[in-house]
Amino acid sequence: MTIQFNDETFREDYSFHNSERAIKRFPFPFDKDSYMYAVNMEQHRGGPPDSVYEKRFDVDEHYVSEMRDRAMVLADDPLRCQSLPHMTLAGWDLLELIMVSKSEDYPDLFELHRDGDQWHWINKPLGIDDRFTFMDETTLPYGPMEYITRQAQGDFCVLDQRDDNLWMDAGTVTTQADWSLDFDIGMNFFEWHAPVPLAHEKGIFVRALKFLLNIQQGAPARRLNWTMTVNPLLDTSPENYHKWGVQKTTLTPENIGSKQHLRVELQTFFRLPRSNALVFPIRCYLCSFQDLMTAPKWGRRLHRVIRDLPDELATYKGFIDNRPMMLDYLSKFDDGLPTSNGIWPELDTEPPLQK
Amino acid sequence: MSGAEKIAVRVTEKAALNDLVTRFRFEPVAGGLLPTFSGGAHTVVEMRDGEITRLNPYSLMSDPFDQTAYTISVRRDDAGRGGSLFMHNRVNVGDEMVISNPVNLFSLDLRARKHLMIAGGIGITPFLAQIKQLDRAHGNWELHYGCRSEALGSYVDYLTATHPNDVNVYYDDQDQAIDLENLLDGQPLGTHIYVCGPKGMIDWVRGKAAELGWPREAVHYEEFLAPKPGKPFEVKLAVSNKVIQVGEQESLLEAIERAGVDAPYLCRGGACGMCETRVIDYAGNFIHRDHWLEDEEHSSGEKIMPCVSRFEGKTLVLDR
Ligand code: HEM
Ligand code: FES
Repeated sequence: MTIQFNDETFREDYSFHNSERAIKRFPFPFDKDSYMYAVNMEQHRGGPPDSVYEKRFDVDEHYVSEMRDRAMVLADDPLRCQSLPHMTLAGWDLLELIMVSKSEDYPDLFELHRDGDQWHWINKPLGIDDRFTFMDETTLPYGPMEYITRQAQGDFCVLDQRDDNLWMDAGTVTTQADWSLDFDIGMNFFEWHAPVPLAHEKGIFVRALKFLLNIQQGAPARRLNWTMTVNPLLDTSPENYHKWGVQKTTLTPENIGSKQHLRVELQTFFRLPRSNALVFPIRCYLCSFQDLMTAPKWGRRLHRVIRDLPDELATYKGFIDNRPMMLDYLSKFDDGLPTSNGIWPELDTEPPLQK
Repeated sequence: MSGAEKIAVRVTEKAALNDLVTRFRFEPVAGGLLPTFSGGAHTVVEMRDGEITRLNPYSLMSDPFDQTAYTISVRRDDAGRGGSLFMHNRVNVGDEMVISNPVNLFSLDLRARKHLMIAGGIGITPFLAQIKQLDRAHGNWELHYGCRSEALGSYVDYLTATHPNDVNVYYDDQDQAIDLENLLDGQPLGTHIYVCGPKGMIDWVRGKAAELGWPREAVHYEEFLAPKPGKPFEVKLAVSNKVIQVGEQESLLEAIERAGVDAPYLCRGGACGMCETRVIDYAGNFIHRDHWLEDEEHSSGEKIMPCVSRFEGKTLVLDR
């Protein structure tokens, strides 16, 4: 299907918007009416047609504008993209994985022509047409990881695997939910997860790490994570907290439907073949409350999840102060009817709102 | 199906190197290219021997960047479970086989300033791939290779011809031995040690390195992996009302699936928790291999992870 790319912004005037198609395919993260941290991982082998699970790297209507936003963040703060010296090989692995996946999954948008180590890459949406020598950094305008992640939506953490642990030794992180690559660089799995409440006690990270260490070539995995963002901001980094933190106080009962966004991360995990590193793409999807409420099932469920979420999680995710206002709004969309299992909106079978 | 993704390949070369070791070359049946891999990776080769299917891991020794073919070397083990004999005696050029995607449990630490490799016998194979990887990146390495005799020195000629300054060979039958203490002592800061060979050699190198104060994470080793089968056992599936037999070479999960019962799973590696199954009754011992259940749960006899764990005894009844 051809994609109509939006011309939109994620800052200042916030012209970001979701089409009807984008709302329908939004990765709503709750499969039941309550939420708690869990080792919620599954294989990443496609999914329903046109869902965000279908392709290895989902490209959607926000692609061009998101890449423009990333370029602005990197121009302001080059430390959002870092790669320790031993990670260059993993960078080439990632470049190959993304180029091969995108050219196979979206042949009308991306082309890759390879003749030995002479590669020709065409990215039509961004108007890029480059020839380079694979594994020769001098033939690209940036290092391999930076080059390709400037052309791929979502943040990318590239983890070195050694001593039965994962180490955050490279990444491009410009659309993060309040954590910093510059702070986490060189840390291991337990160190960078230290701020997360409750999950350590439940043994979630020990199990999750074991799973990740065993991820094998050709058998990627995925999970969803979520938080809340006021205004459709991609860059909610600690570095810029002074800019976006205050915006949380601008929420009113009148504007909450359009200003408050559910922020969902589709996190995937791929083993990288040449380096044996692991790449962790974190793809961020935003959807306003009022757009979510167009699916009656999501309206009912979001109210119940937010209402019953433990305070620790609401605090960590940064919306405990706004929770009462959110519940006032969301309760109007909850008529108490039961909901079906699973994350899909089930627009054809779920009854319309009964109030 | 558990394990890494599978690849259908054809044997395109079978070359006897000496009395014990034979090299096999695999090319994809479907044409096209094989996945690249990292030096130190192995593949699991499926051997269909009548009723029995054996799954044996072998280190990939070819150039990790060469996607046209993989090569492995198999040492004949007359006392083993028969996998290597099957490869030597029954597999021929032109045969189709199934192998797994590469898996690396012995990868290079790419931060190392120098890679010091110590090989014994057939343990040379992962280093052949690592050397090709390092040469491409102009990495700094040095190999010390112990063999029984000149006649059994697989790839010695190739290694000494291509890297005369970096390869040191020691023959047991000429009473040559690696002077380990001096070797380890003289290494520059930032060196990592890699050892692959018989268990005795691995223990010797690890022990000496520890004694000399080498950090644990700078010493890497790979013992030859053996498949993890187990004794056959019988299970009653209470919900579906079936009695099934779990064969020596299959997992409990695979046996459940073979009986047509739909059982949940995700990782098939004992880590995700998805396949957790309640035990209704048992008389015997569990062989728990998962990383999921807590120790108390393992000893409680109330739960089992059928993707990796087994059972020995008379009765096992599962809530499935
Ligand atoms: C290697 C891949 C992974 C990376 C690079 C990663 C990275 C991160 C980072 C940077 C944070 C933010 C921590 C902070 O507040 O500073 C985080 C949060 C978290 N991570 Fe991971 N993570 C990975 C895999 C996983 C997996 C497999 C799980 C599975 C359970 C997991 C569970 C969580 C949870 C529950 C949070 C809290 C999120 C929230 O409530 O919004 N992570 N992760
Ligand atoms: S399938 Fe993951 S623990 Fe068994």
